[in-house]
Amino acid sequence: MRQGRELVIDADSGAGQYWRDLWDYRELFGILAWRDILVRYKQTVLGVAWAVIQPLFAMLALTLVFGRIAKLPADGVPYHVLVFCGLLPWQLFSQALSGASNSLVAQGNIITKVYFPRLIVPTSSAVTSVIDFLVALVLLAGIMMWEGVAPTWRITALPLFLVMTFAAAMGLGLWFAALTLKYRDFRFLVPFVLQIGLYVSPVGFSGTIVPEKWRLLYSLNPMVPIIEGFRWSLLPGDRPLNWTSVGIGAAIVGLFMVIGTRYFLATERDFADVV
Amino acid sequence: MSQAVISVTGLGKKYRIKTGTQRADGLRDVVSARLLALGKTLTGGTGRRDLPDATDKQLGPRLMEDFWALRDINFDVSNGTVLGIIGRNGAGKSTLLKILSRITRPTTGRVRIKSRVASLLEVGTGFHAELTGRENIFLNGAILGMSRIDITKRFDQIVSFAGVEAFLDTPVKRYSSGMVVRLAFAVAAHLEPDILIIDEVLAVGDAEFQKKCLGKLHEVGSGGRTVLFVSHNMNAVEQLCNAAIMLKEGRIIEHSADVRGIIGRYLWTKEGRGASEWITGGDKGANQYFEPVRLWIGDESGNPVLDSVSNTDEAWVHIEGDVDRLDESLTVGYAIFDEAGTLLYWSYQTDSGENNRPRLQRGRNHLASMVPRRFLNEGRYRVELIASLHFREWLLEPGVSAPSIALQIQGGLSDSPYWMVRRPGILAPVLRWNSFPTPDTRQ
Repeated sequence: MRQGRELVIDADSGAGQYWRDLWDYRELFGILAWRDILVRYKQTVLGVAWAVIQPLFAMLALTLVFGRIAKLPADGVPYHVLVFCGLLPWQLFSQALSGASNSLVAQGNIITKVYFPRLIVPTSSAVTSVIDFLVALVLLAGIMMWEGVAPTWRITALPLFLVMTFAAAMGLGLWFAALTLKYRDFRFLVPFVLQIGLYVSPVGFSGTIVPEKWRLLYSLNPMVPIIEGFRWSLLPGDRPLNWTSVGIGAAIVGLFMVIGTRYFLATERDFADVV
Repeated sequence: MSQAVISVTGLGKKYRIKTGTQRADGLRDVVSARLLALGKTLTGGTGRRDLPDATDKQLGPRLMEDFWALRDINFDVSNGTVLGIIGRNGAGKSTLLKILSRITRPTTGRVRIKSRVASLLEVGTGFHAELTGRENIFLNGAILGMSRIDITKRFDQIVSFAGVEAFLDTPVKRYSSGMVVRLAFAVAAHLEPDILIIDEVLAVGDAEFQKKCLGKLHEVGSGGRTVLFVSHNMNAVEQLCNAAIMLKEGRIIEHSADVRGIIGRYLWTKEGRGASEWITGGDKGANQYFEPVRLWIGDESGNPVLDSVSNTDEAWVHIEGDVDRLDESLTVGYAIFDEAGTLLYWSYQTDSGENNRPRLQRGRNHLASMVPRRFLNEGRYRVELIASLHFREWLLEPGVSAPSIALQIQGGLSDSPYWMVRRPGILAPVLRWNSFPTPDTRQ
């Protein structure tokens, strides 16, 4: 709550006021994220074990299909390790994106009753997927130790790719969250796109199987350089990373962020009228 | 010294509402409307003859209409004011509160607020059924704008106010609904902003709890804080507020510190000026003891009086209502108020001795009660239906949920040429005068 400051409410919001509010309401951000984490596995028998089971079984299924049946190359590491490295960012991306997209609709009752910067809702709900990511990361460490695969100095670049993943999910998530509120069609569209995305992104296979001349075009899907970047920083061996495609990916992620944030902020003040 | 802590100038809020029956919310509708428009442009509007006119209209801009929920609202609220905002449903009360709470933005105008504001448009906003009472206190507190430190400081007070000590670590979904409301209100009651905006929170909970809430609000109001309060409960407004605004169709029609006067005038206009008959809208409440159907002023046999009653005639208050469950303690009657809102009296069908009172039966009942001739003064009165289970429960509570009609008395004041025009006073009975023979002292 604001003390000693005059608050002006009119048709166009003062931008300065908005960012101050965002700072004032930082505790609410924390509490909403904390709530989502608490609630996530309530009244489940297996509880947090789900955060282990989901990626583990996804890994087994993808390994079976792409490694055993299609017999795709593994670039010198056990195939399931390759797959798990790809699943790590994909899972974070898809959970954060779908969480953020649905967040405004799911919390419509709060939006129509209380003011706070609405940016808090999708971000706090996306942040919770980082918990699952961390669990999966520990799981990967275990698998790599078991298989005797050790990372190299390149692991220091991991935070860069983590940030890219989250930014991609956030940019699209903000955009879709605002759109979902107005057009509920996006509730169907987002899961559908994510389902397709799992197969058009190199999650179950290595991006190196894509012919060289198509690589740059392929990296217009920002998840391509992100997933390849994860593998590059986590796995040993001689694996070239195409930094041009990383650059393209970063530019596209940046574009997502700009479009998503702008659209969100531009429509935010009318959310309560649209819910 | 009092200064304006809230200052509202030229505030307006426009909604675009759909006047047609077809929903155009889905992406499909937008896309197809755009495509149609595009097709029209591309074909120069000539190639679409096959398209029925109706479709064109439904998807066209004519489907939308501007609706001003609020228009040209201006007022100042000074420090320490408890301002009641009254008006019938759809008058714009909630929209006004939503703008002041920044939930929605105004279309025109500006509001300046000089202190910390907290708004309470609902109790228990954001409560999560899976979380425990303790967790929900922190969650709800944060949503209402309290800091973690504030909540921790007041945690024990909140818990004891709500009376849920034993269930702090139980998920809220295991609570009774009464407990949830108590907990929610307890959190809200411990908000300590300079300005509090409240919308009809008293409409929840039982009578006992409402009393508690009113008490707490009274405390807040008398503590020198500024409160904006929307309610349909006129008793609450009258008790709590030291100023009131009456809204009608999005505009302020009255703003004054004379709360009593405003309420009187509001109640007067509420059911439409001068209507001497009320008929149920058909939406039956959950009330099985007595559900009012029709209330009107008529003559003794029930023929409605459409305009005014002459004071040479009796006026009859006719009440029709349905009884599903017969209860011995059911009392049905009316309260009558003058134009300033002063209560004259209550009258019940149970007022006479056991053997002389009308019996009620299951199904439709028709009662009538006589207002004697030359009893009330010339003027307009409001007759409000009241019903209760005696000493147990209000079914139709005066000022809250009861339908009311107008009784107009005009002319026929007396047979005397000296009393032809209205005298001051609420009553105007023609009373008997006697004289006594006395010895003539002049002789």
